[in-house]
Amino acid sequence: MNAIKAEGLVKIFRSRKNEVRALDGVDLEVAEGSILGLLGPNGAGKTTAVRILTTLLRPDAGHATVAGFDIVREAQQLRSVIGLSGQYAAVDENLTGRENLVMFGRLYQLPKSEARVRANELLEQFDLTDAGDRVVKTYSGGMRRRLDLGSALIGRPKLLFLDEPTTGLDPRSRLGMWEVIRGLVREGTTLLLTTQYLEEADELADTIAVVDHGKIIARGTADQLKADVGGARVEVVVHDRADIARASELLSRDLDGDAALDEHTRKLTVPAHGGAQVLARVARDLDEAGILIDDITLRRPTLDEVFLSLTGHDTAPGDATGTAA
Amino acid sequence: MSAARTAVPAPVAAGGIRQAVADGLVVAARNLMRVPRIPELAIFAVLQSIMFVFLFAFVFGGAIPLPGYPGPNAYREYLMPGIFVQTIVFAAATTAIGMCEDVNKGIIDRFRSLPMARSAVLTGRTSSDVVYNAGILVVLMLAGLVVGWSVNSNIASFLAGVGLLLLFAFSMAWLGVWLGLSVPAVEVAQQVSFTVLFPITFISAVFVPISSMPDWLQPIAEWNPVTTLSSSLRGLWGNPNPPPGTGFPSENPILVTLIWIAVIIGVFAPLGVRRYRNMSR
Repeated sequence: MNAIKAEGLVKIFRSRKNEVRALDGVDLEVAEGSILGLLGPNGAGKTTAVRILTTLLRPDAGHATVAGFDIVREAQQLRSVIGLSGQYAAVDENLTGRENLVMFGRLYQLPKSEARVRANELLEQFDLTDAGDRVVKTYSGGMRRRLDLGSALIGRPKLLFLDEPTTGLDPRSRLGMWEVIRGLVREGTTLLLTTQYLEEADELADTIAVVDHGKIIARGTADQLKADVGGARVEVVVHDRADIARASELLSRDLDGDAALDEHTRKLTVPAHGGAQVLARVARDLDEAGILIDDITLRRPTLDEVFLSLTGHDTAPGDATGTAA
Repeated sequence: MSAARTAVPAPVAAGGIRQAVADGLVVAARNLMRVPRIPELAIFAVLQSIMFVFLFAFVFGGAIPLPGYPGPNAYREYLMPGIFVQTIVFAAATTAIGMCEDVNKGIIDRFRSLPMARSAVLTGRTSSDVVYNAGILVVLMLAGLVVGWSVNSNIASFLAGVGLLLLFAFSMAWLGVWLGLSVPAVEVAQQVSFTVLFPITFISAVFVPISSMPDWLQPIAEWNPVTTLSSSLRGLWGNPNPPPGTGFPSENPILVTLIWIAVIIGVFAPLGVRRYRNMSR
């Protein structure tokens, strides 16, 4: 059964001067117990999609059900089975972590005693027990996010919506957040997650839907998407500018495409299948040809490259910025 | 996480009065908790009013004659009820700022994603602001006693006056809710509030008897709810109360004040609720 099913969602934001189609006919299906990653640049419409599915916004066209409840007609029932954690930690910074959780629990219609018990559980789960009675204002960014996520979980939702859960976090906090999210998923929570990072979608999501200008332009597993854009990349920084042409020729022969050159950094980038062996071969051939190199790496495609190949433009925010962010 | 021992709450229907009250109380309690957490807010609200008392009682007061009430203490007794009313009017700005801040910080979105009564965010805000204002008034009344204000009637009249003030505070809170939901940023809420609220309190009988104003301004000042409420309080508490004018509001200040309160709530509560609902558009 599908935990989320959306068909033809359209959302138009009108201001005096212009009209932005933040969502332009979005279809989504998320199976129960699975994780969908909505991947896209700022302004693609990810947040708008989440806000519609969590009843914060009404769609202009299309319909959707979440956990079997219609997002417009059965909004209140729907709210009692979902949890939402947004891009900006929406907790009250003048309350303590515990007070926040108890308050949200009460508003989730838990009895007072149960809200307290649940708050304790969540503080422990998110490693906030020591900070639980401190005012949130004193929390670090990572702690706030964890509390925000905890607040979303207070009513044990069947379905969780996470809007860019790690944007703005330092690398260590991000890894911590991933660990927490994986834990939730092991317990069978259905998850819809938005992110700007392919790596994150890759780490966490079962399936990925790539969103751009309010439309879903590709879907599949992370491996499928990466295969679509030609798998990995080999990058070589040539030591001597005079060798660039020769190196470029050699790389194009050894690998699966034309080498792209960044003149300034003397960096050549070539799509490559075949993993580490390829890297060894390229290094050997370059060495045999007497071409000195400063650096050589094998890396996965960046979101930019996925985007470039899917849309023909990079992830720089397009027309749909601003309201649709 | 331990096994799902706690049951998933039963899907809640559209609400019911009991849930609306319970949720409103949770939100109100949350709003009031910030008072001890940021004591500066309350302290400066009180200090601001005390500054007005000081300025008018000691700086301008000597130059403001009260027709029919000679004596040095008369003006201070006249002034204090006006100061209470002014404080309540300015409190609309506090409501607006609080509301706007909640919207911008995403707390309102969190509330809207919860299965709580839809009305609770607004009723919680307006009711907590009335309680907050009541606290501020207690401090101000004590300060008033120090500068020579007193209640020269009976306890029933005193309580009637307090009740009227708090009802007015409730209406001002709804004005603040609408304002807070209508502006894009906290700074704007602050500026708009003061541009609107300042003249309202000054074109009134709060600081000076209306008879000193130009003829064309007098009717406006006379009908101003700030005047009718100040005049009601002065009447109820036996403070110097030179009639603001000769028209209907001066004859029936309490009645006109009650009508004003009903009109303000009648206009701004629906407008605020509509703004709140339209957030999902």
